[in-house]
Amino acid sequence: MREEIMAVSAEALVGEVAKLKVLGYRLVTLSCTELDASNLDILYHFDKDLGLKHLRLTAPKAAAVPSISPVYFAALLVENEIQDFFGLRFEGLVVDYRGTLYLEEEALKTPYCRFSLRSADQREGPAAALDAETNHPNAEKF
Amino acid sequence: MQGIKRFINQLRAKSPWLLHFDCGSCNGCDIEILACLTPVYDVERFGIIHVGNPFHADLLLTSGTVNHRNKKVLANLYSQMPSPKIVVAIGACGLSGGIFREAYNVVGGIDKVIPVDVYVPGCPPKPEAIIDGVVLGLGKLQAPQERNGERKEA
Amino acid sequence: MRKTVIPFGPQHPVLPEPIHLKLTVEDERIIEAIPNLGYVHRGLERLADIRDFHQMIQVVERVCGICSVIHALCYCQGIEEIMGVEVPPRARYLRVMWSELHRIQSHLLWLGLFADSFGFESLFMQFWRVREKIMDISEATTGNRVIVSVNVIGGVRRNPDPEQIRWVLAQIDWVEAELQRLEDTMLEDYTVKKRTVGKGVLTRQQAYELGAVGPVLRGSGVAQDARQTGYAAYGELHFEPVVETDGDCYARNKVRFRETLASIDLIRRAIHRLPDGEVRTKIKGIKPPQGETVNRVEQPRGELLYYLKGSGQKTLDRVRIRTPTFANIPPLLVMLPGHFLSDVPVVTLSIDPCISCTER
Repeated sequence: MREEIMAVSAEALVGEVAKLKVLGYRLVTLSCTELDASNLDILYHFDKDLGLKHLRLTAPKAAAVPSISPVYFAALLVENEIQDFFGLRFEGLVVDYRGTLYLEEEALKTPYCRFSLRSADQREGPAAALDAETNHPNAEKF
Repeated sequence: MQGIKRFINQLRAKSPWLLHFDCGSCNGCDIEILACLTPVYDVERFGIIHVGNPFHADLLLTSGTVNHRNKKVLANLYSQMPSPKIVVAIGACGLSGGIFREAYNVVGGIDKVIPVDVYVPGCPPKPEAIIDGVVLGLGKLQAPQERNGERKEA
Repeated sequence: MRKTVIPFGPQHPVLPEPIHLKLTVEDERIIEAIPNLGYVHRGLERLADIRDFHQMIQVVERVCGICSVIHALCYCQGIEEIMGVEVPPRARYLRVMWSELHRIQSHLLWLGLFADSFGFESLFMQFWRVREKIMDISEATTGNRVIVSVNVIGGVRRNPDPEQIRWVLAQIDWVEAELQRLEDTMLEDYTVKKRTVGKGVLTRQQAYELGAVGPVLRGSGVAQDARQTGYAAYGELHFEPVVETDGDCYARNKVRFRETLASIDLIRRAIHRLPDGEVRTKIKGIKPPQGETVNRVEQPRGELLYYLKGSGQKTLDRVRIRTPTFANIPPLLVMLPGHFLSDVPVVTLSIDPCISCTER
């Protein structure tokens, strides 16, 4: 990537984001990618005068990430989207759809997780995970 | 009695009202459907009026794939339309799921949820093809007894 | 006063696409609006797992049919950046031409729908009549009306001959003349002003902080347009963004109308400077994309961002699409409260919602 990327930890995240807001940055969006079975990579993209700046957070799937929507209201949709797609929990969301922003009950849970089909709530025990995998009509496609 | 029925059926096809519902399409088909209503193609010359209320509609034009959330809306709209009703599925996605068929939130074509009378292929179909499909559907409105499950392509 | 919750959509006459807004109203006045999405969600980003990086062009074009050229452009530019492919100059200028044609047809479509949202049906018909000319140009130069599919990795697929280019110039002259005839009605008419001035006001500060993009941001007085970064050939065409300062529905209307005329100008300039030569670089033999990139372009609705990540495989690891309407929904939620229920269609349409983009 051409632009600078700064690594942040989950504890320092909200502070860093608030600092950027004071500096006059606009939140563009968040991009989430699955790294392996237990970790997600979240990129926070910011923009100021057509220049981009990225923050990189490596988040374990099991732990909740602090939401930046109290700082940037615009983050609420994308954080809800990541909750839908990856089953990651964001703490302190302004409006929390609880994983139903896009997906209905019968749809695939956490569809963007290639390594497991478990959602955050079904994390207890391998049996629940197996259920989620076999019950879904589209599960065999991926 | 039979004569009156036939008479009403003939009248129905003279000024059908259509309802358009976009299921999960990319907008390509929707803008072509809207283009049909505008001066260059102008389906209003056939007495066709675009309405927003399913209770007034004879024809249902649907485009796009069905997904888990909008299938309820689609079934709802279909059940609210008075019979006889004609469903025209527009575009490759409405026919079979098209390019999106493998996506995880896609159920498939329109006919997975409601019966379809006319299939209009294309990605997106040209307005001429859509008008052709609607006219084919009108033929079926006139003779609803011939409908029994038989399907034609536009 | 008792509060009532009124659903707006998913099936609504002014909305061509399904979106559901849960409106909490007190009497006739809106207090709160909560969006309910997911009616068009398909899961396109995930298709990158089974389609290779060439086939993904066809998929991203179908994120949204109205701005398919620009989606494909952004995707191709991203892949070209990772793979280090140089695009021939003629292809860069042709990309500008087709992007701007698409912007004109999208803005004309919106101007028509916007006129329809406040009940001015003859204006709707007029804009769509003019728009058909742009569709004809698309069909003549690419073979398709809506999903034109011209962008490929390394250039463009079609190479219009000089006679075709002259014909395009003549056609856009006609479009410009027709638009100038409609300008007076769309921007000066008493009824149009009555329905749009002072509706859905977004201050400069609010628009910037809420992450608004495109005409919503520029209507509030922020001169930001991704075309200023000079991708494709925009850097050589002396591009200037169109800005209005009032931040209401009328300002956004004015931005889009003036942008349509500016796009016609850009097409003329691109055609006059159109270089000769190849339109496509061969990319055979170059390794599949490895690395990550963020690419931004300007869509008719605003700034579009692609995040692409590849690991040297035929299929990409991640394709993340941030579309402009996705960024404009939070500003909409701030705009709606305080307005009458009858203004909801006008204010909602003023962000030019494209739901199939938003939900992908």
